[in-house]
Amino acid sequence: MTRNVKTLFIANRGEIAVRIIRAAKEIGLKTVQAHSLADMESLAVKLADEAVNIGPPAASKSYLNVESVVAAAVASGADAVHPGYGFLAENARFAEAVEAAGLVFVGPTPHQIRMMGDKVSALEAAIAAGVPTAPGSRGRIETPDEAAKVVERTGFPVMIKASAGGGGRGIRVANSRDEFDRLMPQASAEALAAFGDGGLYIEKFVASARHVEVQVLGDGHDVVHFFERECSLQRRRQKVWEEAPAAMLPPDVRARLCQSAVDLAKAVQYRGAGTIEYLYDESSREYYFLEMNTRIQVEHPVTEMITGFDLVREMIRIAMGERLRMRQSDIVMRGHAVECRINAEDPAKGFFPAPGTIDSLSVPGGAGVRFDTILYQGYTVPPFYDSLLGKLIVWDENREAALDRMKRALNELSIGGLKTTKPLHLALAADPDVRAARFDTQFLEAWLEHRATMLENH
Amino acid sequence: MATKDILSPLPGTFYRKPSPDAPPYKKEGDAVKKGDVVGLIEVMKSFHEVHADADGTIASFIAENEEPVMAGQPLITLNQ
Repeated sequence: MTRNVKTLFIANRGEIAVRIIRAAKEIGLKTVQAHSLADMESLAVKLADEAVNIGPPAASKSYLNVESVVAAAVASGADAVHPGYGFLAENARFAEAVEAAGLVFVGPTPHQIRMMGDKVSALEAAIAAGVPTAPGSRGRIETPDEAAKVVERTGFPVMIKASAGGGGRGIRVANSRDEFDRLMPQASAEALAAFGDGGLYIEKFVASARHVEVQVLGDGHDVVHFFERECSLQRRRQKVWEEAPAAMLPPDVRARLCQSAVDLAKAVQYRGAGTIEYLYDESSREYYFLEMNTRIQVEHPVTEMITGFDLVREMIRIAMGERLRMRQSDIVMRGHAVECRINAEDPAKGFFPAPGTIDSLSVPGGAGVRFDTILYQGYTVPPFYDSLLGKLIVWDENREAALDRMKRALNELSIGGLKTTKPLHLALAADPDVRAARFDTQFLEAWLEHRATMLENH
Repeated sequence: MATKDILSPLPGTFYRKPSPDAPPYKKEGDAVKKGDVVGLIEVMKSFHEVHADADGTIASFIAENEEPVMAGQPLITLNQ
């Protein structure tokens, strides 16, 4: 069914709001930007056709307030709502409220959000679709006896995960049976306090794991993949640097990995943009399903750079009721792309947050360079939200050339007035292990322990 | 009696309690010692404790719980 959409309401902020406005304008949509009182001067507000105040600076009272966001969307006369990432993007109740108000939600169905948002039902869907999962409980642990049987089978170390967790939250690692018996009750109490659900499940811990994820688009009938990204360079389980494709992945493993993501998305008749995340064990060449994110992701541009498709535009078209405009055979990857997250944090001081006013700005350009940012000269970065200032993305014919190009682009980037993570990325781009793609999800934190002094802003 | 304001060390959101369901760190009339935690500032999704920089008794809260504050803004008035 084609839906007549003329006006898109953007229920988010920051660089993804800017990204969505650009995609919407290119297909002739009018844009209405929601903003808190702290974001009246944001680039998204300046670029949108209209802007609507949805509440005070605190996100809980503005960007996370389902009732006020939906009411503002309706009052603006918009036909569709794009949730971006974070905030309400994976909130099934929000998707339902948008649809109940007669508007189109740019994303999956509320049922799909709910199923993938609960880690246990997501795991069950993955198993049913034949997607490899890490040895473990394959579902919620109900009793201590059940838990004991699972760890006898998997051995140690194991991860204890909160059923309602996600994005790395609510995870503990037990190295022995004693530690396991001690951590289980703590983990359950913490999960109950943090997520309102004390449910736990258990998975074998992969010692040297790499984070790979497959981008998919579905239209509720067909699903295609856009190959994988690697996001192993993480700090406190937050991605810092992302690449496409995953450099170390053998072609036969890539083919199976990407097909498994399509199988899962097809099995749930997935609609919209989604990402299936996996752990990859390089030594055994095995990959295990982690979770599915039912939204556009921060790092989507590296995929756009190697495939040439505009994922945000496609997800809006799908929400408008269009079928997928490409077949799998139309999607070919070429070259290599890298994204560095430029955050307002001081890497020489434990990544201490650094909001402030931009007193000078010089943005890199040239072939294969893209900077998705919220910055303009004179802009004051508010302290109330995340620290992402922009994403510097480069493409080149191969990984080595892309890393050289990233170094060149980072050197051209100059943000005056506050501290940023640029020195971290310059050091990473020159690091022999990074250049050889020798890293896992534990790499960056260990690497940082010895290098804080190298990371001063100049 | 002399008074002294405790200033926000950072811009962000001021919280009077360690978590939404917990009791406040301090209430009006409470005695504080230098170094006591009197609140939290959330800045860019990270949380930082606000410490009293002098001994005294809390006369009043100038900033409300969950109020947006700027660096250097008075949060709490102490009687000394």
